[in-house]
Amino acid sequence: MNDKIRFKLNGKQTELDVDGDRKLLWVLRTDLGLTGTKYGCGMSLCGACTVVINKEAVRSCMLPVRNVQGKEVLTIEGLAQGDKLHPLQQAFIDKGAVQCGYCTPGMLMNAYAMLLKNPKLTRDQIIAGMENNLCRCGSHKRIVQAIESVAKR
Amino acid sequence: MQNKKPKTFENSRADIFERRDFIKLLGGGVIILFSAASPLSAQQKPPAGGPGRPQGFGGFGMGGGATDLNAYLKIGEDGKITCFSGKIEQGQANTTALAQMAAEELGVPHDSITMILGDTDLCPWDMGTFGSMSVRIFGAALRSAAAEAKAILMDMASEQLKTPKDQLTCENGVIFATADQKNKVTFAQLTKGQKITRKLDPKPAVKRVSEFTIIGKSPVRIDGRAKVTGQAKYACDIRFPDLLYAKLLRPPAHGATLKNVDTSEAEKIPGVLVVREEGMVAVLHPDPEIAEKARTAIKAEYDVSPINIDESNIFDYLLPKAPKPQLSERKGDLAVGEKAAATVFEHTYLNGYGAHATMETHSACAKMDGDKMTVWLGTQTPFPAQQEIARQLKIPNEKVRIIAPYIGGGFGGKSPFPQGAEAVRLAKITGKPVQVSFTREEEFFYDSFRPAAVVKIKSGLDSAGNICLFDNQIYFAGTRSAEQLYDVPNNLTSSYGGWMMDVPKIHPFNIGAWRAPGANINVFARESQIDIMAAKLKMDPLEFRLKNTSNARLRRVLELAAKSFGYTGAAGPSGRGFGIACGLDAGSLVAEIAEVKVDKGRVRVKRFVAVQDMGISVNPEGSKMQIEGCIMMGLGYALSEDIHFRGGQLLTKNFHNYSLPRFSWMPEIEAIIVKNDELDPQGGGEPAIVPVGAAIANAVFDAIGVRVFQMPLTAERINAAANK
Repeated sequence: MNDKIRFKLNGKQTELDVDGDRKLLWVLRTDLGLTGTKYGCGMSLCGACTVVINKEAVRSCMLPVRNVQGKEVLTIEGLAQGDKLHPLQQAFIDKGAVQCGYCTPGMLMNAYAMLLKNPKLTRDQIIAGMENNLCRCGSHKRIVQAIESVAKR
Repeated sequence: MQNKKPKTFENSRADIFERRDFIKLLGGGVIILFSAASPLSAQQKPPAGGPGRPQGFGGFGMGGGATDLNAYLKIGEDGKITCFSGKIEQGQANTTALAQMAAEELGVPHDSITMILGDTDLCPWDMGTFGSMSVRIFGAALRSAAAEAKAILMDMASEQLKTPKDQLTCENGVIFATADQKNKVTFAQLTKGQKITRKLDPKPAVKRVSEFTIIGKSPVRIDGRAKVTGQAKYACDIRFPDLLYAKLLRPPAHGATLKNVDTSEAEKIPGVLVVREEGMVAVLHPDPEIAEKARTAIKAEYDVSPINIDESNIFDYLLPKAPKPQLSERKGDLAVGEKAAATVFEHTYLNGYGAHATMETHSACAKMDGDKMTVWLGTQTPFPAQQEIARQLKIPNEKVRIIAPYIGGGFGGKSPFPQGAEAVRLAKITGKPVQVSFTREEEFFYDSFRPAAVVKIKSGLDSAGNICLFDNQIYFAGTRSAEQLYDVPNNLTSSYGGWMMDVPKIHPFNIGAWRAPGANINVFARESQIDIMAAKLKMDPLEFRLKNTSNARLRRVLELAAKSFGYTGAAGPSGRGFGIACGLDAGSLVAEIAEVKVDKGRVRVKRFVAVQDMGISVNPEGSKMQIEGCIMMGLGYALSEDIHFRGGQLLTKNFHNYSLPRFSWMPEIEAIIVKNDELDPQGGGEPAIVPVGAAIANAVFDAIGVRVFQMPLTAERINAAANK
């Protein structure tokens, strides 16, 4: 039995006719072709699948898609304004906070949601808030620097 | 089926060039063929002490590089420059560094060059991206080729402008008479419509360091924008309208054999395709979640042969199975050394299995068009994959195209490509594009682990406090970074099996290369042993190292590390928690100093200084990024990462029981590149991870006087050692 799910995706009104039990991650990655949101663990342990829903960072790998009914979902594809990168995206490039890039969308979305709540994050708050986003390449120092550089503005 | 609107695959960097475009490209312009064995510039010396050869690979994969053409550099008729390399981008920014090296010699901006990596239809053969060789080996050859291309263009311009070469200037792809800037010609005008395959003999020299304007600068990585916008495509992101996601039946343990299988429940799920072939049971569906449901609906019975091994007794299990040793680093006579020794030290160092745990799991998308199989494959080895997949399909190599898109981390774990073999098999059977992307549990199960390894060292100090004996016996780790860095008159390394081969099979899992394979335990063992000897003499471990080595590059990085750290000499344990270690890997020398705090056995690394001599650093910020990454990743192998298992059954299944370094673990990191323009670029991706374990173990000893001989240094192990 399918559900009609209406929500805002990256600013656009979107309607899906899908099984509401399906996970948001896979609906994004398959039906909607938005592959920027990544699978890493399937158990909300790594943060690669992080999206922002109603201004909160959420792990999409365990979230039934029916839960986004009537909500605003932002994925990595919606972070830039056209060609203009979000300051966080630019900071990740400028500070060299990207290596393989696979964890990067989740890192950015998590950091974006943190900054929405508190634009003046301290370094300690950044480290604590990013704790459950995993990066295997070891870009941690530069990721913190990148977020810090935006928080300081 | 739901109202799916699958997107077709587009926008991938790897797909920019269709085959026909490439042929069109070849229609005109200068094509330089070059080999990775091209002689390096005569003006730059080979690495001192002879570490310039690729280390730790034996004969494997070098593929007779002397004759194999290894890359093409293309200057098109439109003036656009394209560089083709069989290397892949797994995050270490080799793409950017290689573009800088080519751009430097051609005298064009680095970001004007289109880099095409890891596509077997477009790029020349390459053995794979590992061993910190992209810049060190391929880059050196690329520079030579670019220099040759530039020289040919200057010859052509000289002819066309009727001006001697020494009166020409070249800037940004335009060559003009120095005295009359209107008398000019562009690369595009020179190459247009011409088909030239000149070769110059003798080869022109590459630029001198003093002439560099691009090498040695740190432009941001050229793939940054694609990666921060979610546009970068990895193998798991490839989409086709009729794509099927495949999930394969997996055994509960390595070595298990399938007794019987019942797929009837899976078959009842609408749209599910079941494939049962020799050695394979797979379910496929356009929705990966339904495919996964179908997999869990399969009933299967296995015979699991019980092997009574786990992480606690694995070393006793492995040691009697060790193959005969290979001897190296022979110097003097161990018996003489032992006789000369006033004190002999004998210790055994251990490290269990370790996972790569790349953030992207092994993924592949295979698509058959007519008689040609194309595979978007998350692999470090596109060409070996092409060959193996062609062999499995019984078709010629050229009928298989491997495209390595962006790779979500490799570290050696993506040299094997089991997912690719599965995807092509299923694509051939179903006639549809098929994606195989491992779950995290499959990823741990099929990973080629860093093998459990043992290092036994017997060393001796003579009455003057000099090292007179070093008998280094390495089991299952190979000899990488086991080169003796100290002046030891009686030295021998005996290597009993390595990480590369497990034939006949003795490990209960797949094993393979893990970032600087074998080097991490080799240096952990040697540098711990050095500290133990220094402590016995009540000598500062830095002073002891300097006293026992005449290696000038090593002395320099050690002294600089001490200076940067603000290190002052003291015999260990000083209670300060300072630990020193150094290593040689991939031609680069690294000295590291860690500062730790140990609280109830738990180690907190507070500060970490690394000083690296890597010859010329092509992109110093990129090099520092690699050092920092090595330190963070090194915290994992040093402190937490250990595979848990019972026989062939993996107990480690996801990140909840395999602990990767996190933000809160981050020490204050200082990465320093030593200026060494005398030496061509050396390895950058791995060397700095090599001494991390030893630096931390030595710091733990310095903090609390407890020596731990097994990595990772868990609280349990530290407390057990403290209570001995």
